[in-house]
Amino acid sequence: MSGIVGAGTGTPMVEAIGVSKRFGSNEVLKSISLRVERGQVMCVIGPSGSGKSTFLRCINHLEHVDAGRLLVDGELVGYRQKGDRIYELKPAEAARQRRDIGMVFQHFNLFPHMTALENVVEAPIRVKKVPRREAVERGRDLLARVGLSAQAGHYPAQLSGGQQQRVAIARALAMDPKLMLFDEPTSALDPELVGEVLDVMRGLAGTGMTMVVVTHEMGFAREVGDSLVFMDGGVVVETGDPREVLGNPQHQRTRAFLSKVL
Amino acid sequence: MTDMQQPGRDDGVPPGGAPVTGGVPLTGNVPTPPSEVIKAVRLRHPWRTTIAVVLIILVVLFVLDAAQRTAFGWPDVAKYLFDERISQAALITLELTVYSMVIGIVLGLILAIMRLSPNPVLKAIAWVYLWIFRGTPVYVQLVFWGLVTLIYKTFIIGIPFVHTWAVIDITWVPPLFFISIVGLSLNEAAYMAEIVRAGLLSVDEGQEEAAKALGMSWGQSMLRVVIPQSMRVIIPPTGNEVISMLKTTTLVAAVPFTLDLFGRAKDISAETFAPIPLLIVASLWYLFFTSILMVGQYFLEKRFSRGVGRGRPAIGTDAGTPPVAGVGIDIGGKG
Repeated sequence: MSGIVGAGTGTPMVEAIGVSKRFGSNEVLKSISLRVERGQVMCVIGPSGSGKSTFLRCINHLEHVDAGRLLVDGELVGYRQKGDRIYELKPAEAARQRRDIGMVFQHFNLFPHMTALENVVEAPIRVKKVPRREAVERGRDLLARVGLSAQAGHYPAQLSGGQQQRVAIARALAMDPKLMLFDEPTSALDPELVGEVLDVMRGLAGTGMTMVVVTHEMGFAREVGDSLVFMDGGVVVETGDPREVLGNPQHQRTRAFLSKVL
Repeated sequence: MTDMQQPGRDDGVPPGGAPVTGGVPLTGNVPTPPSEVIKAVRLRHPWRTTIAVVLIILVVLFVLDAAQRTAFGWPDVAKYLFDERISQAALITLELTVYSMVIGIVLGLILAIMRLSPNPVLKAIAWVYLWIFRGTPVYVQLVFWGLVTLIYKTFIIGIPFVHTWAVIDITWVPPLFFISIVGLSLNEAAYMAEIVRAGLLSVDEGQEEAAKALGMSWGQSMLRVVIPQSMRVIIPPTGNEVISMLKTTTLVAAVPFTLDLFGRAKDISAETFAPIPLLIVASLWYLFFTSILMVGQYFLEKRFSRGVGRGRPAIGTDAGTPPVAGVGIDIGGKG
């Protein structure tokens, strides 16, 4: 991960240019343009249904983009451009792109039939073909990093929500991603468990990891975020320094939203 | 609000003694006397007893009567119950069940995955297969497989309707045992496909998504993530299918294959002119096997329903539920 920090030249880690996405007749993303520089943490806030989760899911091609260009590390997501033609990627190529992008879900989505450690080592062993012993060693390190060494042999059902989410973060990190996506990582947690997950994320940001975080935690956004995006109705309403946006919102819709959540 | 509640309360606080605070815990001030235990006269169920007594009397009468009737041929039942021909036939019935179930489960799994795959061609093939094999009676299918060697006598290599390079006579006539297994397992596959499909669909979508996000291929996410979790839903109805298959094997008479338990029993009774004792013999054997299967099913279901029912599936206390791919086959093996 430390290698990423120095590489901060030239292409941004994520670049969206006029990204649009519709489900049937419902246009959920309307020409979104955003940039996330290397090593930066971008927080995305907004009311539910604003398209912020969909945008996040487009970044690792869990949803495909209908219009515009979405690039991760200078590479089109889910497509390949040859001349002025755009070709859909084969599943194997799309999978290849995804393994460099870690994702953490609102409901953790840990594999319930595997222990914490098995969850963490599964993808390195199966996808990256890392030898089991190496993967296990690395997995234990990662679990230690999120403070769960003692729980390596526990099944997800035996862990609290906060512990499960920390395992999920370790699982994503095990693939050595260059970018981490967080989809409301603390929204499904009991209030007293939110802090432990945010601590891990704060630590991760400190290592220079590029992160896109969809969240309702304004405190986290203010403290850790390098930029803040407010989305509503499928458009980016306001973007800027988190302290500025939260402290002195320029747009009426931002003000209305913040007055309800702060 | 608190004022309105106050008159209704009989909490022992002297009027005007405590200010109206609504939420003050009552137990704090007032000692609660121990509650009186309810000593009620138990509700009687006279009809249950009456009906049970009547039924017992009827059963005893039936047994006494049956024991005396010569048509049941009890000496013959005893004679043939452990007859070598019968026990060999029982073994063949077991073999039919096991082979047909194993093939049926494997084919069913493949068909279910085809139906759920994003590939429209595979989907259509699986759909047509299910349409035909669930839509026609298994008895008719068995008759058909018995006749199939009469339909296809030659194997022609060439360009269809244009040019023939070679004609090979099919001289190999498959044993009837083999044809029976083909018939039973192809039919079973259609039913297993639906069971497996329900199981695969029962796994939360987020599981496949998480696997995808980790860069796992569709096949990897199926084998490592979705299928092991779907086993909990797949195992119980599969147990039912095994029990059902054991009994369906009697239909191989349609092939016609006659070395199974029921076929043999009929053959013997054709010699002895006493069909009823041998029906009883066959039934006892079927009952014996299904009883064993039911016990096995009970334990399997208990194992796979562990920790289920409180929100998230709590698979695995430390006993560890290893991924269960082998278990489906294991039932067959016990069969």
